[in-house]
Amino acid sequence: MERLKSIDNFKALQERLIADRDLTIPTIVIPAGTCGQASGANDLIRITKRELLAREMTEEIHLRITGCHGFCEMEPSILIEPRETFYPKAGLNNMVKIIKAVARGEVLEDLLFVDPGTGELVEKKNEIPFFKNQVRTLLSRNERIDPIRIYNYIENRGYSALARVLAHRSPEWVVKEIKASGLRGRGGAGFPTGVKWELLANQPDGRGKLLICNADEGDPGAYMDRSVLEGNPHSIIEGMIIGAYATGATEGVIYVRNEYPLAIKHLIIALRQARELGLLGEDILGTRFSFDINLVRGAGAFVCGEETALIQSIEGKMGEPRQRPPFPVEKGIDGKPTAINNVETWANIPVIIERGASEFAKIGTKNNSGTKIFSLVGKIKNTGLVEVPMGITIVEIVNGIGGGPVDKAKIKAVQTGGPSGGCIPAKMFDLPVDYESLTEAGSIMGSGGMIVMDENTCMVDVAKYFMNFLKDESCGKCFPCRKGTQRMYEILDDISKDKGTLAHLELLEELAHAVKDTAMCGLGQTAPNPVLCTLRYFHDEYMEHIENNQCPAGVCKELITYSINENCTGCLLCLQACPEEAISGKKKERHVIDPDKCIKCGACKSICNFDAVDVM
Amino acid sequence: MINVFINGLDVSVEEDTTVLEAARFMGFPIPTLCHKDGLSPYGACRLCVVEIGEGAKAKIVSSCTYPAEEGLKVRTASSRVIRARKMILELLLASCPQSKTIQDLAAAHEVRQQRFRQEHEDCILCGLCVRMCEEQMMAKAIGFRGRGENRSIGTPFDIKSEVCRLCGACMYICPACQLRCTFIEPERAICGGCANLTPPCIEKEKFDDMMCYMEPCVACEIKKD
Repeated sequence: MERLKSIDNFKALQERLIADRDLTIPTIVIPAGTCGQASGANDLIRITKRELLAREMTEEIHLRITGCHGFCEMEPSILIEPRETFYPKAGLNNMVKIIKAVARGEVLEDLLFVDPGTGELVEKKNEIPFFKNQVRTLLSRNERIDPIRIYNYIENRGYSALARVLAHRSPEWVVKEIKASGLRGRGGAGFPTGVKWELLANQPDGRGKLLICNADEGDPGAYMDRSVLEGNPHSIIEGMIIGAYATGATEGVIYVRNEYPLAIKHLIIALRQARELGLLGEDILGTRFSFDINLVRGAGAFVCGEETALIQSIEGKMGEPRQRPPFPVEKGIDGKPTAINNVETWANIPVIIERGASEFAKIGTKNNSGTKIFSLVGKIKNTGLVEVPMGITIVEIVNGIGGGPVDKAKIKAVQTGGPSGGCIPAKMFDLPVDYESLTEAGSIMGSGGMIVMDENTCMVDVAKYFMNFLKDESCGKCFPCRKGTQRMYEILDDISKDKGTLAHLELLEELAHAVKDTAMCGLGQTAPNPVLCTLRYFHDEYMEHIENNQCPAGVCKELITYSINENCTGCLLCLQACPEEAISGKKKERHVIDPDKCIKCGACKSICNFDAVDVM
Repeated sequence: MINVFINGLDVSVEEDTTVLEAARFMGFPIPTLCHKDGLSPYGACRLCVVEIGEGAKAKIVSSCTYPAEEGLKVRTASSRVIRARKMILELLLASCPQSKTIQDLAAAHEVRQQRFRQEHEDCILCGLCVRMCEEQMMAKAIGFRGRGENRSIGTPFDIKSEVCRLCGACMYICPACQLRCTFIEPERAICGGCANLTPPCIEKEKFDDMMCYMEPCVACEIKKD
C-alpha cells in the first residue's frame, strides 16, 4: 500500500474507494468474531469460499468476513446484502443451498428467522425486534467492515473524522467538541471524557504525554469491548489519534487482555496497516503531527483493569493499585501525564467528530448522552450484545430486545456492572439505565455486563460466586480488601451450607460497609456491592436459608432435597441415570430417591420427561 | 505553606506533608501499622484512614499517603472512621492474634472480641520488611509474590539470596510477631538460607569475620554439634 502523504491524498483515496464499489452486488456477510467462530462460522466461510471458487462466481457474489454483529444466540448467522436477508443458525448443510439462492436472487423461507411471539417469518435483519429496538451506532459498523482490511474501513467513511480534525488545525476545538457531546467514560465510572482530555491538555508538555486504551475487559459475562476490538479495531486507533492531537499526547498504549487472541491479532494487523498508509506514526498525513501506539498484553489479572494497577503493569511491575492523588493525568506511566479511556469510549470519538457534538448529544438523556453496548446474557431468550440509548428502561431491554425469559421460570433480577455491581430486582425494571439511577439503586453501570436471573437462581449463591471471584482477583495489597473478601466469602459459604446464623447477617453487613469505606482501589471499594445489593433487595432469600434452612431457588446443595412426585410413570430412566444408584423402584412403579445417597447432581431431573423430580 | 483544617483546627504545613504527619504534629492520635518514619508510605493496613471533605462528598482515605491540600478538611475520629478502624482491628485479630502490637492496638480501640473464624498467620503483608530491606538496607533481597490469598513475602523463587546480609532488619521491624523467622520451618524463612541447605553462616570457617544479627536464628549454634 502506498503511503498517503497529505490529507488531500487521503480524501482522493477515500473518494476513489467509494466510487469504485458497487453496492448492488450481492454480498454474503459472515460474522466471525470469537462467538461466531466458536459456533462454526469458520466452516461456513470455508464452504462459501470453496463454492464461489468452484462455480467461478467470485465476481458476482462477494464474501465479507466481519466481527461480531451482536445476535450471539443465533450464531452462526449469515447476512445477505443488499437485501438484508438474515439467516439465523445457518447449518453447514444449508450453506450450498443459500449460495445458490443468493445467485438466483431468491430467499429461502424455511431458513428465515421466526418471531417467537407471532410465529411470523421475518426476512430482513432490521425488522427483527432484537435489532429493530436497538440504536446500533457502533455495532452496525461491525456488519459493514472487514476488520483486517483498512481500505474497507476507509470506504465506510473511516478516518474521515481524523482528516477533519487535522484539517481544522485546532486541538482546542476537538476538546470543546468532546466536552459538548457529553460523552462519559464507558469503562464504568462515567467520568466526562472531555474534562479528562482538557486536564491532560493542560499538563506541561515536558517529557511527553500518553494515552492508554483500557482493553483489559475483566468482568465475567462482559464482552462488549471484545466485539469492538475484533470487529472494528481501526475505530479505536482513529479515536486515539484524534485524542492525541487534541491533548498533545506523543505515545499511546493499548493494554489488551491476553485472553483475547483474535482481538490481539486484529489489532496488530490494523496497527501495521495504519502505519503503512501513514495514518499512524511519524508525520501523519504530512501534517508534522506524530503519534504511535504500542500494544501491551495483560497477564491474567482482573485488578489490572483498574487504571493505576494497569499503569504498574505496563511499567513491568506487579499489578497493584496505588492511592490517588496524584491522578494518572498528573503522574501516569513513568510519572508522565497519562489519560486512560475504555475501548468503547475511544470508538465513540470518530462518531462524535463525524456527526458533530450536538447530533451525538441528541441520543440518550440530558447528562447521559450517546449509546452504550450491553452484553445481555443469562436466563434470557436473545443473548448477545445490544446497543441502546442511555436512559432506556431495563424492561425495554429485557423484553423488547431480549425477548423475555428463556422458559417458564419468571425473571427475578438483572445484575449490572459485573462483580462491582448489584442486582436490580424485577419490581424495579422501569428504572432508566443511566449512571445516576443505577448508582442510586445500589448497583453501578460498570462496563456493561447485564446478567439476567430467574427464579432458579439463588441470590445467596450469586453473591457467593462474585465474592469468590473477587477474593481470587484481589491484588492483596491492602488488608481490608484481601481479608475482607475472604471473610465475606467465608460467611456466604456458611450461609449456603446450612451453617448461617442471624449474627452472620449482621456481621456481613458491618464488614461490607467497612471494606467499602477503607479499601484502597475501586476493586475493593465496590467488592461489597453484590453482597449489599442482594441483602437490600433479597433479604427474604437470606432469611429462608438461615431460619428455614431452605434454598428457595433449589441451588444450594446442602439445603435442598430431590424427591419424586406422583407424575412419575416408572420409566426407569432416572434410575439408570443416577451416578450414585440412589434411586430405587420397579417398572411402572413410582421411583424413590434415597436422600442419604443423593449427591444432588440433577441428572435425574434433567432426564425426566414427566416433570416428576422436585427440588425443595 | 499549605493550610489544612484538622478536626476544626487550622494547621499550616509545608509542601509534601502528608495528612498523617500534619495530624500527628498537632497531637491528634492516628493508629498505624504499616507506616514507619523513614520508610516510604505504603497504605496497606488502612488503619490510618481519616475522613476528608464534607457532606455527600466526604471520602475515607489513608492519611499516610494523602498529601496535604490547600483548604482540606480532615476529621481523624469521626464515627465512620472509628467504625472502620474497629472492623479492621477485628479482622487483624482474627488473622494474627498472637501479635502484641495488634493486641495493644485492639485494646486501645476497645475491640475485645472478633467474630470470624480464627486463623493464626504470622504475616499481615504490611510490607515493612520489604521496604526496610530496599530503602534502609539497600539490599532489596525480599519482595511480594502472588495475588490475593496466595500473596506472600520472600526471596525471588525462594532461592537463597545473594544480597541478603543477614542484618535482621526485617525481623526487627515486623509488627506481626516477634519470631518472624525460625529457620526450622522453611516456609517462614526470610533470607531463603535454610531452604537451601547451607547458608553462609553455617559454613563459619569460610566467614570468620561475619557478624550475624539474625536473632534468634542461631542455626549456626545448633548445627555445631
